[in-house]
Amino acid sequence: MIEHYSSRRGLLRATGTAALSAVAIGILGDAPALARAAGKEPGGAANAGDIDILNVALGLEHEAIEAYQIGAESGLLQKPVLDLALLFQGQHKGHRDALAGTIGQLGGKAVQPKSRADYMASLNIAAIKTQADILRLAQAHELGAANAYIGVMPSLGGKELAQVCAKIAADEAAHWSLLTSALGEALPQPAFMFG
Amino acid sequence: MRWALETAAAAWLAVAATAMAMAPSGDPARGAKLYAANCGSCHSLDANRVGPAHRGVYGRKAGTARGYAYSPGMRGARIVWNEATLDRFLQNPQAMVPGTRMGFRLTDPARRADVIAYLRQQSR
Ligand code: HEC
Repeated sequence: MIEHYSSRRGLLRATGTAALSAVAIGILGDAPALARAAGKEPGGAANAGDIDILNVALGLEHEAIEAYQIGAESGLLQKPVLDLALLFQGQHKGHRDALAGTIGQLGGKAVQPKSRADYMASLNIAAIKTQADILRLAQAHELGAANAYIGVMPSLGGKELAQVCAKIAADEAAHWSLLTSALGEALPQPAFMFG
Repeated sequence: MRWALETAAAAWLAVAATAMAMAPSGDPARGAKLYAANCGSCHSLDANRVGPAHRGVYGRKAGTARGYAYSPGMRGARIVWNEATLDRFLQNPQAMVPGTRMGFRLTDPARRADVIAYLRQQSR
């Protein structure tokens, strides 16, 4: 067992850059590589906290995907904005798949989305009347998500997992910026717009 | 001896008083904005979302929002949420409540004080 560990570590050291690109692959769907790069055995107790954090993040992605779906089906979004919403939704699906794959590889069980009715109620969709209302909901969601990913990073067991969160946070930050500009709002003056 | 004890006690009281005066007193208006931006993806005041609803959380026993499926760690935590417990939790939730699913940390003490002031205001 010890041998097994040390030889693996030796391999990782010998191929430092290869280990890094394994993480990149993990985001693109080769989650086993990510779990290996995290250096942990699937299902081990040391993973439990990571699995929980990633599952909470997955819950955010489910919510975003459904919120954009509700927006797209509402008939309130006009053409360029509708395309933007669908583009962002597709990226949230990419995050969902990467997170779910990683959770599975760490030995966890990925949470499922809640029902449409649950999201309608908890997001207070009844109050939404215009395209700008949808944009503001999405804008708030993307800001909160970027900050959430940044805020959980120090609690994660491995730098590789934190890097995944950083990559997702960057996507959410880009979404937030574009939504802010679509709403005609100025960006904040001070540095550190997130976190 | 008695004098020494009295002096020590007075000094201790002075230190305690300074500590209290220096404890950042939060601003609920700033806290509302911070709450929306930092907690708002997982929480809201009146709906259970990824995290539990927060209205009334200040002064409440941990793990008792109605209709929310808590982790066993949070359900079993013997904590009442107040300034001190919230401050500790938000610094590093999993260090304070082992097994909690919340991993989000708010590292800046002034921001924590503002958010706590807001939660307190909304729980009255
Ligand atoms: C990434 C999602 C996420 C973010 C962001 C987040 N939380 Fe949480 N929070 C949770 C989850 C999930 C739980 C339930 C934990 C459990 O059951 O172990 C929770 C639980 C709590 C609790 C315990 C509530 C109770 O009823 O006992 C408090 C207090 C709390 N959060 C405060 C905050 C505050 C304040 C912020 C913002 C500064 C915040 N949280 C940000 C996910 C989050």
